[in-house]
Amino acid sequence: MAQEDTNVIDQPEVLRHKMVTIEISGKKYEVPEGITVIKALWHTGQEVVRGAGCLGGFCGACATYYRTKDDPKVRTCLACQMAVEDGMSFTIMPPFPARKALYDIQSLKDPKQDLFNLYPEAPLCRNCNACTEACPQKIDVREGVWKAVFGDFKSVSEMFMDCVMCGMCTPVCIADIAPNLVALYVSRAQGAHFTDKPQGLDIRIKEIQDGRFNDEWKKVLSMNEQELVDHCATVK
Amino acid sequence: MDIHALQQIVHQTRDVRRKQTIPKFSPADRDQLIHKYHPDYRTSAYRPIQFGPNAGDKTVVELAALLEGDSSIQEHIDLTPHYTTDVLVIGGGGAGCAAALHAHASGSKVILATKLRLGDSNSVMAQGGMQISVAPEDSPVTHFLDTLKGGHMQNDHDLLKVMVEEGPSIAKWLIELGVLFDRQADGNLHVKKGGGSSKPRLLTCSDYTGLEIMRVLKDEVLNQKIQLLEFCAAVELLSDDHGQCTGAIFKDLDNHRQVVVAAKSVILATGGIGRLHIQGFPTSNHYGATGDGLCLSYRMGAKLDHIDTFQYHPSGAVYPEQLIGALVTEGIRSEGGHLVNAKGERFVNELDTRDVVSSSIIRECEEGRGIRTMSGRIGVWLDTPLLDAEHGPGTVEKHFPAMMMQFERFGIDISKDPVLIYPTLHYQNGGVKIDSNSETNVKNLFVAGEASGGLHGRNRLMGNSLLDLMVFGKRSGLTAASRAGSMPQGKLTVNHLQRFRAEAKKHGNFSGVISPMILPAYTRKEPERTANK
Repeated sequence: MAQEDTNVIDQPEVLRHKMVTIEISGKKYEVPEGITVIKALWHTGQEVVRGAGCLGGFCGACATYYRTKDDPKVRTCLACQMAVEDGMSFTIMPPFPARKALYDIQSLKDPKQDLFNLYPEAPLCRNCNACTEACPQKIDVREGVWKAVFGDFKSVSEMFMDCVMCGMCTPVCIADIAPNLVALYVSRAQGAHFTDKPQGLDIRIKEIQDGRFNDEWKKVLSMNEQELVDHCATVK
Repeated sequence: MDIHALQQIVHQTRDVRRKQTIPKFSPADRDQLIHKYHPDYRTSAYRPIQFGPNAGDKTVVELAALLEGDSSIQEHIDLTPHYTTDVLVIGGGGAGCAAALHAHASGSKVILATKLRLGDSNSVMAQGGMQISVAPEDSPVTHFLDTLKGGHMQNDHDLLKVMVEEGPSIAKWLIELGVLFDRQADGNLHVKKGGGSSKPRLLTCSDYTGLEIMRVLKDEVLNQKIQLLEFCAAVELLSDDHGQCTGAIFKDLDNHRQVVVAAKSVILATGGIGRLHIQGFPTSNHYGATGDGLCLSYRMGAKLDHIDTFQYHPSGAVYPEQLIGALVTEGIRSEGGHLVNAKGERFVNELDTRDVVSSSIIRECEEGRGIRTMSGRIGVWLDTPLLDAEHGPGTVEKHFPAMMMQFERFGIDISKDPVLIYPTLHYQNGGVKIDSNSETNVKNLFVAGEASGGLHGRNRLMGNSLLDLMVFGKRSGLTAASRAGSMPQGKLTVNHLQRFRAEAKKHGNFSGVISPMILPAYTRKEPERTANK
């Protein structure tokens, strides 16, 4: 037993089960320290419909504004990925009515120029950096907007691979840019227009169309159960 | 003990472990291991379903109760439709978006309804990648055989052949829509090796494959102006006098009103069941994964397949508390990450199938070689720093940015310290039985994606889910659309409910719950009186 007892990770906070005081949308509640912001909502008896999605930090449904004790700075987080602490105050962000441009990605003739028709506000960035500070995924959003405007679509697509489309960069923009939507357009254009066509893929599609694997299929599909088991065992 | 002290054994044994190769289990040993340790074989967790199309078949008690549950709909409600459409898609994840886009592209009028937002799904969290046989040394037949082996030979051959053969054209479609798959230097698609696969076959977008695909598909659904009903939860299907599907009834979760949609066909793409927390397991699934589609189609008379088997993903986080159940992508093991017990030993070939790896982790923990936490959890180490040691500093950060960020938020640097993991409820291997056009035995009722069953047999291979969603989303969408032109809208009734209720009565009535569940009951009803001490 002694052997086993040394194999336990210290989590004094779990045993203490300390309660902390937090503020949800301006109302005070007591909740266990260290639970996530979304669990704090459930703990206080609130039904959550809007404001929860994947619960794994990928979908951006639970974008939240929060402030910690005595700090004037309002920060952003994903509610499923943030632990509560004493004196914390938070509100889940309602959906923000940003304008999404509509486009047919495949028929774009000049995607880098089309950006200015679809999102004419994109070049009006005034460099305030509020979008970057608002990003819970730590993307350099402001830099991305500039790179998009200057036509460096490849860099934008790489920088925004982490974007969960929570939209927290949009309400803070004084030029009414929706950086996440601009980046999504740019990334799709990069993929559809400025990335090499994978030759191997086309070859494989043609092989399937031409029936290159037909004999092998015939052989495999005509096997009885045991033959198939044995055949599977030979695949290494 | 301090977590860092316990982690030392992983650092100390790393160099020795790097020289080891752990052979895969023989088929006999693997069956023995699974029968002894896999949660699918815990008989006390199962019971026979009392009535309905699968009467007598066993499933987990949590699901049985929902399948035998009653509908919230009364038989004499007003069924005047609020909306009429050719194709009604229920579910806004990968399969739902693919179905809606293909049906729309064929000229059908499409409505996509989802109980949360468009895109809120498990699809968005898929990190490992998507299996498509694009490499020259690979083939659709090899993909077929690997999947069959992983599924314990129980996969539906027709469905599986369709999936592996259509894979490459799906990759092409996604690339044309702008999905940024990882590439080789020569511009060809980069492929990674996945657990249970004999060839490298995983297409990836770093560890954001599902997110990248879903960002693009959601955007495309919006660009195509497909009509959306968000925050609308399906509570019942509609049938005509012949028992064919003709639409659905929804509950608008914002204003609690009923919404009736008449449709020539319905595609259920409602996903899985993780939020039922089968056998008390934590889950990697999204908030809405409550098996709604299974209940809805079961009441309509659709037969379910393989609903006694679930996938417990080997690597769910156990520490810190906030991340319990969250997935640590299998990609880490694909790139060579070791699983290590409390003694610093490897105990399984990390690239074996998920059921085998999960069973072996449970074995280590039950036999006293696990690492426990004070909150009563147990797990084994996943040696993430090994990747940097093996492939150079910065590897973890470059290939697994999503994982890095998730743990970094709680002060853990997974490129420096191993993470504690234990199996987490991840996927429903079975579901509603479908044919190769994704249709059920109920005419004009299609099911696509995780809610469907048969394709994956008794264990889904890593990377086959994203492909399943795209292939059967597409086939259901195209088939439903092709019928719309020649078919009149059927009558809207809930006659199937009468039949189901009569059968329930004959068998001692309902389980006492209303299904579908819609959302898990996480909201605490009664405050703990003693909590504030």
